[in-house]
Amino acid sequence: MSILVSRSTRVITQGITGRTGLFHAQQCRAYAAECQPGVDVFVGGVTPGKGGTTVDDFPVFNSVIEAREKTGANTSMVFVPPPFCADAILEAADAGMELIVAITEGIPVMDMLRVRRGLEKSSSRLIGPNCPGVITPGIAKIGIMPGYIHRPGTIGIISKSGTLTYEAAWQLGRVGLGQSTAVGIGGDPINGTNYIDLLKMFQDDPGTEGILMIGEIGGSAEQEAAEYIRSSVTKPVAGFIAGQTAPPGKRMGHAGAIISGGGGTAAEKMAALRDVGVVVSDSPGGMGEAMKTAMAG
Amino acid sequence: MKIHEYQGKQLFRTAGVAVPEGIVAKTPAEAAQAFETLGGSLAVVKSQIHAGGRGKGTFQEFPEQRGVVLVRSAEEARANAERMLGSTLVTIQTGPEGKQVNTLFVEQGLDIARELYLGIVVDREVGGPVLIMSSEGGMEIEAVAKETPEKILSEPFDAAAGLYPYQARKLAYALGLDDAAVRSAEKFLPRICRFFVDADCSMTEINPLVVTSDGQLVALDAKVSFDDNALFRHKSLVELRDLSEEDPAEVRAADTGLSYVKLDGNIGCLVNGAGLAMSTMDLIKLHGGEPANFLDVGGGASEDQVTEAFRIILADSNVKAVLVNIFGGIMRCDVIVAALLNAYEKVGFSVPLVVRLEGTNVEQAREMLKASGRDIITATDLTDAAEKVVQSLQA
Repeated sequence: MSILVSRSTRVITQGITGRTGLFHAQQCRAYAAECQPGVDVFVGGVTPGKGGTTVDDFPVFNSVIEAREKTGANTSMVFVPPPFCADAILEAADAGMELIVAITEGIPVMDMLRVRRGLEKSSSRLIGPNCPGVITPGIAKIGIMPGYIHRPGTIGIISKSGTLTYEAAWQLGRVGLGQSTAVGIGGDPINGTNYIDLLKMFQDDPGTEGILMIGEIGGSAEQEAAEYIRSSVTKPVAGFIAGQTAPPGKRMGHAGAIISGGGGTAAEKMAALRDVGVVVSDSPGGMGEAMKTAMAG
Repeated sequence: MKIHEYQGKQLFRTAGVAVPEGIVAKTPAEAAQAFETLGGSLAVVKSQIHAGGRGKGTFQEFPEQRGVVLVRSAEEARANAERMLGSTLVTIQTGPEGKQVNTLFVEQGLDIARELYLGIVVDREVGGPVLIMSSEGGMEIEAVAKETPEKILSEPFDAAAGLYPYQARKLAYALGLDDAAVRSAEKFLPRICRFFVDADCSMTEINPLVVTSDGQLVALDAKVSFDDNALFRHKSLVELRDLSEEDPAEVRAADTGLSYVKLDGNIGCLVNGAGLAMSTMDLIKLHGGEPANFLDVGGGASEDQVTEAFRIILADSNVKAVLVNIFGGIMRCDVIVAALLNAYEKVGFSVPLVVRLEGTNVEQAREMLKASGRDIITATDLTDAAEKVVQSLQA
């Protein structure tokens, strides 16, 4: 079992005619083909104005709604450039995509506020933006993570950071743990799905036995997640917070990773998580071990 | 991106937000002329730097001179400007090294009845912009929030619809403003909120926001910063950027599409991904070292960008060792190694280099490293990498 990505997932790629969009659609298709031989998981793409053409055997459609009607897709992976990305996400929601995974980095905050408002009326779930995507090892990956570092297993990963998720999956592999599903929620201040949504899904997923939560400085999402863990999560949880040495007032790459007004520090977040029984690793090199400890406890 | 107070006030004025009359001065003569032009008996001469705390700040060259001063004659304006221009202002926000003042803003004095605080930010938890006000104008808002949180009023508003007049009145009455000032707030507050949204601000702060003795709200200060990701649709705002206020290495990195923040340590870091880059810094510190920088080469950096990244790191004379930590996803390990070897050719490495690679095309990248015959220390995992780079400093 898993969350978000299953054997019934069918994906179209918005922005498939761009260099990055096509490259990753190809990578994702190859991974899915290995996991589910003979099944078409990545069924096409959307670029307005290029409908009716194909790129590397992917049929291209003018709109998401047309792509859904012709391919039966229920999921969209979005690589549309930042100025147009919010519109692309809203289009996917309007077309009834159940899951929208937005990889694009650099969407203006005001645009994301419009997206959030638009999604309130929709049943679509948005993952990201500015994230590595979602992978259910052995089934499919929707995103830019290297497939081979993820092994099927029983740990759910929730992370704000892309490469740190890879690092975590790799470390889990070294202590003999695989993942049910790994989800990158993205490093932007306004995103589609937060820790609490995913903690709930992993808690309810019979295929998940433990949860690894990777956070970073900025905001208070980790503290709120800690409250939720206290009240509603019975599965073991391990965690790590990046940015213990980050100086205040400086944006550390991610738009959301900034310590402001004395709030959002790594120390506060680590303390909040430890307080509710999460096994928190001080070192980014100890995430796998922390998860193992949590599972043994 | 941050801008100066005088630039923020020009934008406010265009947006219909009341500001005092003011004139930019770049020489003492201009400062004196500005006083004459304003025509009052009182003016304020304000240093223009991208940091707060100017009023209490003092100059390295003239310890008695404050960063913001009240003057009563053209001659006084000139004398102050002579000390301020070209001198280094140190405030609680500049750090001990201070910032050189190149521009002054000379403003008319106002008859002030009350000082308030106003700030607008996007609140992640609310999922929208929030107007924050307080009766404690002129104070550090963080201190007010900590000591007297009941004095902070927060009013979330809809980004598309803006702040409604009833919300403005709600705040105005809660702040105890009189009738004239409530009517002024009904105009002032929705306009500043509209400005925040339309200009894609990440923060707008007016501290103090004053109420004049005739009941008008006027922005006595303007601290404005913009969402960098939205600058593509604000060409006129981009022109307001003052590069002299920014760290040259950070500017150079940003121009190359890299995310770089200079720190005080001696171990240079080159990492892909913001989370991993922060973690690498954390790890160095955990093992007793001090990171010299945060540097995220991003997901899809080219060989040229990575070469430039090495140049930026090595240009920092504090750097005594370099740690490269790459977990290739989009970023291919072989691209990093090609750039690394290129940097060896073109830039030259005189400090120890520790490399930890994992991910896409890692085998090919390791082969390239080995075949190069360069004196590069390889590490198997994060902890190993941090230990080796800290050790290399002691060797």
